[in-house]
Amino acid sequence: MTTRTIKVDYLTRVEGEGALHLTIRGRRVERAELRIFEPPRFFEAFLRGRGYEEVPDIVARICGICPVAYQMSAVQAIEDAFGLTVDPTVRALRRLLYCGEWIESHVLHQFMLHAPDFLGYAGAIEMARDHRPVVERALRMKKAGNEIVRVLGGREIHPINVRVGGFHRAPAPGELRALREPLRRARDDAIDALRWAAGLEFPDFERDYEFVALHHPGEYPMNEGRIVSSAGIDVDARHYEDHFEERQVEHSTALHSAIRGRGPYFVGPLARLNLNAASLSPLARQVLADIGLRLPCRNPFRSLLARGVEVLHAFEVALEVIDSYQPPETVPGEPSPRAGTGFGATEAPRGLLWHRYEIGGDGLLSGARIVPPTSQNQPTIEEDLRAVAERFVDYDDDALRERCEQSIRNYDPCISCSTHFLKLEIDRA
Amino acid sequence: MSAARRGAGAPAGASPVPRGRRRPRLAVWKFASCDGCQLSLLDCEDELLAVADAVEIANFAEASSAIGKGPYDLSLVEGSITTEHDARRIRTIRRQSRRLVTIGACATAGGIQALRNFGDVAQFAAVVYARPDYISTLATSTPIAAHVPVDFELRGCPIDKRQLLDVITAFLAGRRPTTPAHSVCVECKLRGSVCVMVARGTPCLGPVTHAGCGALCPAYDRGCYGCFGPTAAPNTASLAHRWAELGESPARIGRAFRSFNAWAEPFRRESEAQDDRLADPARQAKAAPAGGSETAE
Repeated sequence: MTTRTIKVDYLTRVEGEGALHLTIRGRRVERAELRIFEPPRFFEAFLRGRGYEEVPDIVARICGICPVAYQMSAVQAIEDAFGLTVDPTVRALRRLLYCGEWIESHVLHQFMLHAPDFLGYAGAIEMARDHRPVVERALRMKKAGNEIVRVLGGREIHPINVRVGGFHRAPAPGELRALREPLRRARDDAIDALRWAAGLEFPDFERDYEFVALHHPGEYPMNEGRIVSSAGIDVDARHYEDHFEERQVEHSTALHSAIRGRGPYFVGPLARLNLNAASLSPLARQVLADIGLRLPCRNPFRSLLARGVEVLHAFEVALEVIDSYQPPETVPGEPSPRAGTGFGATEAPRGLLWHRYEIGGDGLLSGARIVPPTSQNQPTIEEDLRAVAERFVDYDDDALRERCEQSIRNYDPCISCSTHFLKLEIDRA
Repeated sequence: MSAARRGAGAPAGASPVPRGRRRPRLAVWKFASCDGCQLSLLDCEDELLAVADAVEIANFAEASSAIGKGPYDLSLVEGSITTEHDARRIRTIRRQSRRLVTIGACATAGGIQALRNFGDVAQFAAVVYARPDYISTLATSTPIAAHVPVDFELRGCPIDKRQLLDVITAFLAGRRPTTPAHSVCVECKLRGSVCVMVARGTPCLGPVTHAGCGALCPAYDRGCYGCFGPTAAPNTASLAHRWAELGESPARIGRAFRSFNAWAEPFRRESEAQDDRLADPARQAKAAPAGGSETAE
């Protein structure tokens, strides 16, 4: 029986450094590994001994593409530890900021990193030679999302305005109003872009996954909700560790997550959509129906469409928040630190992002644990690789390699994020 | 960052990258980092396609699977060196690159991951990992200039995308980048912001921090926290003294200097001076020289 090896030594169009290694014997995949060799940066260690007020700025540096996600889960966890409730305006502004990040991150991935796979290009620049209006439209949408983060957060990457309890400075109504027109145009672009994406050819491939996402009774989850799964998990952030665990494996500097007693699971846009479609904006629901994306969807390649639906929804939410914005009358003061443990869970563009901090009465952190979406998805990515390789085993090596890379990109893996969270505390009592 | 390289522009008399028959070849490289600085290039939504017309993007793994072999006319390097493998890789990249520019605090000063340089990493790794033998990492995180000669260092955590475009344009045209080396205070004045430290007593690193962000934090009612690293000849002791007068403890002052540019020499010295004060409170009495005129004008 012949043995084939399919290797990619340096994955492209993903954030961070990883490699792919497949060993196929006959028609059977013997080994499928997403190797992550991105050097670890030890954030959970740095956080020990730092003041709670420094955390939003430090955790932003985990990821240049989704810094807002880290800031959102962090402030929520610290506020949980302090027993602090933020006022509704702060809550709305945080959703607005998150919308901006979802848009810039999703559009970057859909059109610059993933779509080239479907059309046979090396990247968006190459794709722009034949599809310039498509790429230009994507850049306009991405810019509109980034503008939200720039105005509200101060800058697109590592925003400076987020703090425990609220924002350093609430935006003036005029600053947000100026975003309206570009956002409206970008929302129309998002509809066209989604219809265009629905015309791509999606590989015929499905698996039975356990989808995990936040769920909120009143809104599509972003900043808050309970952690639910398609197989019945329903817990708050505080009890995440009762149901989910992480393991270290030799071929990866990122830890692998699993549901205790069951195994791999799936987080991200497709999981959110499958579990929360009823909470989408009416327009997003309608376009979802128009493009014929039937839910629950178990084809991970269609994650590209789930991102598109979320982009449209995020534009809608952003406009809604801006239209109803009334600046707060007072800036929240410094919170009083209180010794305790706080938990936070929000939906990063790539999926559930869970934080836990132990804080002393002096406001200094004594422990931190952060579980990013990519380390949660990594075992599922590897199972997909195995199944995809067997499903398309008749392809020649180049075609099979490309199909495997495309299937990794379904998850928009953020390798930079995932490797920074090797567990630092031995605390699995 | 290396003292020798700090503030250096393009080498004197640098010839422009050859033009005419072929487009200059640009490469973007990643080491230990968050990807944010190279993302800045993709965040140039209005200019990206024009840049791609003007240069051949020969190697940019985050954006394209088309990986072209060297040599490259201009290499942009993000991230710090934290593994033996990366220490070898940067030398190879240097050999293939006519000009090499570091982008961001990781590549220029070692980044936030250089906080490991202040601790005992061998012990650290053993505490951290269930299986530390699976992990290969150096004891330190060091800037690119500690390993190979660097033609220009662009500051920031993250870099500013307008400055990035200026640097790319400058190197392709053979001129010096126009990135001012003054402090954030100057940018604050240019922006017309009220000084948060003078007016409200908010601790601010602006007087000792390199310009580049446009004095963002004071415009958002908070003090500068040093993303762009030390400016040329910063009087950190005087600023630390002013912070102490505002009621900040040595521990807090030390942490402020020990963040994204912790390993940059002037910031490192100041955070270590604060460590000393913590260890020996008597020294607090004879702290920094008083009357730091540059900290509060």
